[in-house]
Amino acid sequence: MSGIVLEGVTKRFGDHLVTDAIDLVIPDGAFTVFVGPSGCGKTTLLRLIAGLEDIDSGRLLIDGVDAAQTSPAARGLAMVFQSYALYPHMTVRANLGFALKVARRPRAEIAERTEQVAEMLNLTPFLDRRPGALSGGQRQRVAIGRALVREPKAFLFDEPLSNLDAELRAQMRIEIRRLQQQLGITAIYVTHDQAEAMTMADRIVVFRDGRVEQAGSPGEIYRNPASRFVAGFIGSPRMNFLGGAIAAKHGAVTIGVRPEHLAIDPAGTISAAVQAIEYLGSDSFVHLGAQSGETLIARGVPDLDFRSGDTVQLRIAPGAVHRFDADDRAMPAPAPAPGANIFEETV
Amino acid sequence: MTAGVAIRQRSYLQGPGRLLLAPAILLLLAASIAPLLVTIKFSLSDYRLLFPDSSGFVGLSNYARLVASPDFVPALVNTLMLIAVVLAASIAGGLGLALLLDGPVIGRGGLRLLVISPFFVMPPVSALLWKNLLMQPVSGFFAWLAALFGLPAYDWFSHAPLLSIALIVAWQWLPFAALILLTSLQSFDRELREAAQLDGASAAAILRHLLLPHLARPIAIVVMIETIFLIGVFAEILVTTGGGTASTDLAFLVYSQAMLQYDIGAASAAGLVAVVFANILAIFLIRAVGRSLEA
Repeated sequence: MSGIVLEGVTKRFGDHLVTDAIDLVIPDGAFTVFVGPSGCGKTTLLRLIAGLEDIDSGRLLIDGVDAAQTSPAARGLAMVFQSYALYPHMTVRANLGFALKVARRPRAEIAERTEQVAEMLNLTPFLDRRPGALSGGQRQRVAIGRALVREPKAFLFDEPLSNLDAELRAQMRIEIRRLQQQLGITAIYVTHDQAEAMTMADRIVVFRDGRVEQAGSPGEIYRNPASRFVAGFIGSPRMNFLGGAIAAKHGAVTIGVRPEHLAIDPAGTISAAVQAIEYLGSDSFVHLGAQSGETLIARGVPDLDFRSGDTVQLRIAPGAVHRFDADDRAMPAPAPAPGANIFEETV
Repeated sequence: MTAGVAIRQRSYLQGPGRLLLAPAILLLLAASIAPLLVTIKFSLSDYRLLFPDSSGFVGLSNYARLVASPDFVPALVNTLMLIAVVLAASIAGGLGLALLLDGPVIGRGGLRLLVISPFFVMPPVSALLWKNLLMQPVSGFFAWLAALFGLPAYDWFSHAPLLSIALIVAWQWLPFAALILLTSLQSFDRELREAAQLDGASAAAILRHLLLPHLARPIAIVVMIETIFLIGVFAEILVTTGGGTASTDLAFLVYSQAMLQYDIGAASAAGLVAVVFANILAIFLIRAVGRSLEA
């Protein structure tokens, strides 16, 4: 079976440590998403796994075999690039069949595999076109098809949707996920978009400054962020952070509350001025300025009987507080009040 | 937007605009058409410097003499052969150099400068360098190299005069081809190469299926520009073999008619044949290059 295991994988560009002794297990058959801000080393790590960069130290095990010195092609991984990297002088058919052609497979087999993959991705009508005559979404599908033809051990995606418009992106997100589940193939997907990570992943790995900040299922990461960085990065709108007296009352340096756990309630203890209201139909977000100076966002306020400039009282839902220490690491949750434990919620 | 540009372009070519352009256009016409007309007139006249008294209209007899002369067909063939060999050698060699210089080489900046340098050497100088330092059958570098392996020295200019000249000219044009192809290689998308690597393509397969199609346009441009200059190769012939049926091309034929045989009429006829020849070549080239530019 095709598990990918990283042990102390380190990469330097000059003095700069791009990935710092990363230990990671990519579960077999699962959809793993590497997420983090730009420059956090996630793309470099993907390229290290693909073999496009050399690992400075550490081991990379593919199917239990150390593949750190293996050529990119021999690793049996397929990659979908951000720019799609389709061969511009070849038709879609030739693009799809290129890997088989250079592997000197019989002509009949190449034709059969190419047609099969084109069928799977609805590319059959475009087989004789050049990439230049395709739309963004079609190019994206050709890039995926080219990876599929090789029947790889794992798919590597390098921000594959960043060149598409929002609607197509949402559609391709589902399509890629469906395809991956249908084939049961391991996938590693790099993105800086936390929404993409949350919606697609079986397992999210959050990177920061060349290190793994936290790894876990989307639910785990959302509910129990390991640090203030993860708490702020995952979830949209981002988590509200409060310091000072309120945090001290919870025995922490900073506390975090997600927008959905902040209610506008006359009985609340935090007073804040309404700055703006975003009404989205199914949702509404109220932007608030707390008296202590922080900017806060509350979500899903049912009856909007106030306006910008009004002062309102805020209440934090019981048990919904994330506590962070002076190093911004998460502190264990306080003993929950019975019946009000947000952490018992299942995903 | 497009319409606006079109209107503006038309407007300054109308009325007083045309009048203002007239002097420049007339000057250009005079400079380019007048010599052509004079050449045509000479080619139809009996105009020999050795017989200053004879003159007058002789019809196409200059052309007839030229075509009938034993030097004419070899000169045509030599011109074509020279162009073909120089193009093949400079593009193949230039591609090789460009591929080497595109890779991570130590001292790449200095190497590039060295590669470009033959282009700066004047044609007669480089021909003399090759003739006297490299190809000289007694004291030349190639003779020394042959002696090192116990082989007899090769007398380049007496055994293969045209090939020797083609080699020299190819050496001069190598930097041009290398430079154009190198800049094009550097614009090759890195992700494409990586995708091909992941697809299992060897370096040879990447060259054949990705780089050569990518280089089709710059190669076509190199072919076109080099051909324009190679039709008129002259200095290299003059300083090496000094002519002779085996190494005379059209340009040298014109020179030998005018300056060695003092026959201005025949030289003008040969010159006009060369113009027609160049235009025929140009039509084919523009077609071929145009096609590859559209693709």
